[in-house]
Amino acid sequence: MLTVRGISRNFGDHRVLDEVSFDVRPGRMTGFLGANGSGKTTTMRIVLGVLAAHGGSVSWRGEAITPQRRPHFGYMPEERGLYPKMKVREQITWLGRLHGVDKATARANTDRLLADLELTGRADDRLESLSLGNQQRVQIAAALVHDPDVLILDEPFSGLDPIAVETVLDVLRKRAASGVPVLFSSHQLAIVERLCDDVVIISKGRIAANGSREELRRTHASDRYELVVAEDAGWVRDVPGVAVLELDGPRVVFEADPQQVLRAALDRGEVRSFTPVVPTLDEIFREVI
Amino acid sequence: MDRVSSTRASFAQATWLVAEREMRTFVSTKGFWIGFLATVAGLFALTVLPTVFGGDDPRVAAVGSAVQAVQGKQLDVREVADVAAAAELVRADEVEAAIVPDGGGIKVLALNDPPADVIRQLVASPPVELLDASAVNSDQRFVTVLVFGLVFLMFGMGGAAIAQSTVTEKQTRIVEILVSTVPVRALLAGKILGHVLLTLGQVVVLALAAPIALRVAGLSELLAVVVPALGWFVPFLMLGFVLISSMWAVAGALVSRQEDLGSTMGLVMLAVMGPYFGVQFFFDNPAVLGVMSFVPFTAGVAMPVRMFAQQAQPWEALVSLGILAVTVVVILLAASRLYTGSLLQTGGRVKLSKAWAPAE
Repeated sequence: MLTVRGISRNFGDHRVLDEVSFDVRPGRMTGFLGANGSGKTTTMRIVLGVLAAHGGSVSWRGEAITPQRRPHFGYMPEERGLYPKMKVREQITWLGRLHGVDKATARANTDRLLADLELTGRADDRLESLSLGNQQRVQIAAALVHDPDVLILDEPFSGLDPIAVETVLDVLRKRAASGVPVLFSSHQLAIVERLCDDVVIISKGRIAANGSREELRRTHASDRYELVVAEDAGWVRDVPGVAVLELDGPRVVFEADPQQVLRAALDRGEVRSFTPVVPTLDEIFREVI
Repeated sequence: MDRVSSTRASFAQATWLVAEREMRTFVSTKGFWIGFLATVAGLFALTVLPTVFGGDDPRVAAVGSAVQAVQGKQLDVREVADVAAAAELVRADEVEAAIVPDGGGIKVLALNDPPADVIRQLVASPPVELLDASAVNSDQRFVTVLVFGLVFLMFGMGGAAIAQSTVTEKQTRIVEILVSTVPVRALLAGKILGHVLLTLGQVVVLALAAPIALRVAGLSELLAVVVPALGWFVPFLMLGFVLISSMWAVAGALVSRQEDLGSTMGLVMLAVMGPYFGVQFFFDNPAVLGVMSFVPFTAGVAMPVRMFAQQAQPWEALVSLGILAVTVVVILLAASRLYTGSLLQTGGRVKLSKAWAPAE
């Protein structure tokens, strides 16, 4: 488990991170959400040791992270970074070796990853000749080539088309399934909603919410229900103790004791649907930040 | 998926991987080969051309009894029937001068200037004895200064590739991956090592080509003097190159984009051009050259030139080399700190004081 405890960071007088704590559990995809400038990238850079923290600690399996430990991390920086003029296969193999993997293993891992990411045909092309989406896939390969113990990916899905998202997702899921903790940031909430097991939401440098996706939904679920009847649902407004949030012909969203409203609806006629409203990540996000 | 437990690359391994990549990248650029081949071609041209263009004997016309006077001299003689025909050839610029009988002796006809090279052949020179004979004349010394200076300049400027490679890493942000993987010092050491090895390779080729060029030019006697000087030039050049490389690396680390590189390269260019021009201007002034041969930045050219001109003793060269080596160590340590302090700073140009400050 990767443990982040109370890390803070200032840039000048501006406090960018304030006592940030969360865990990234092995075998799980943890989504790291936050608006632009909320501190996601700063947090990730501190975890990677690219930036120093002004307080707090980051540990891996209960031990402080040392420079010796760090090469076992796989990192994909937000601003993509690879050598534009180097060939794809050569570059990934080189990065693998720089992480301490021997030549033969680095080569084998590179070829396997390029195959998984559907890039084998471009292996001997210079990086700069690839489309941005394909460069992004190469970047994923660069983060994985040394079979890292931990994966830290800053916006891994931005710039990918839906098919590429699936390809990359497939590769990342495999890693997570093999017991690797994966922390990835994103501002595409729909993707995170589908992918992640755990969610960490950061807002203005503080952790606003943190837990498994289901747990968060439960915590943030309200007594909100949606009722769809055959005819106009305007009458719900008159039921005592009911707060109507939305009303649109036969469809109404309200907060109240659900059984009372359901009974009343059945008395009046046909009920087409009656469901508790589960908050989307988007809604939770808006609520907590 | 099989899990491979990777071990961290050692400092030496990381340095070597970085150096290897630098060399491979640099050698695969066209600019490298164009520059290198141009230097080799220039070296041959410099030694061979004088003999091709300047080696011909002056052409003269000779009339009657004057023919005997020019025989056995280094002159290209054309016999003509009378003085009028000879004068005609001179006017037509067919010959440089005409040698005609004049009373009991001879007379030289020329167009508008007395032809010094012809006259020199015709008069008896008094014997000359040099009290402080030097194996090299001042022309040869000039050529050596020019060649040493140019080679130093070329490789010194070539070090700009280090600055460029550093900025590329900053600009593409691969530097974040690199820094989270290997120590910053290994990055710096690898870059310098890679370019030093590349330069050494080129110097070796040039050092092997120089004697061949001299032999082709028929200057074999100069060879005996040049070879020991080359022996001094190579270590001075290599240490000087390390010194300048570390400065190039810092120049690259201080900026974030290629476009801004110009703002930090000035000082380094000064450190490269300064010695070049200094030695070119003062090579005939033993006092100034003597001082420059101990100043680390100019020693790289000045001391080998003094050794070549036999103005300095070997111990002087060793002392100068020692001073240079110590300076290299000091500059390397400073460069390493500046490099570390500025590598991850993005945005505008990083101030030296900020790069020097301990990490926050």
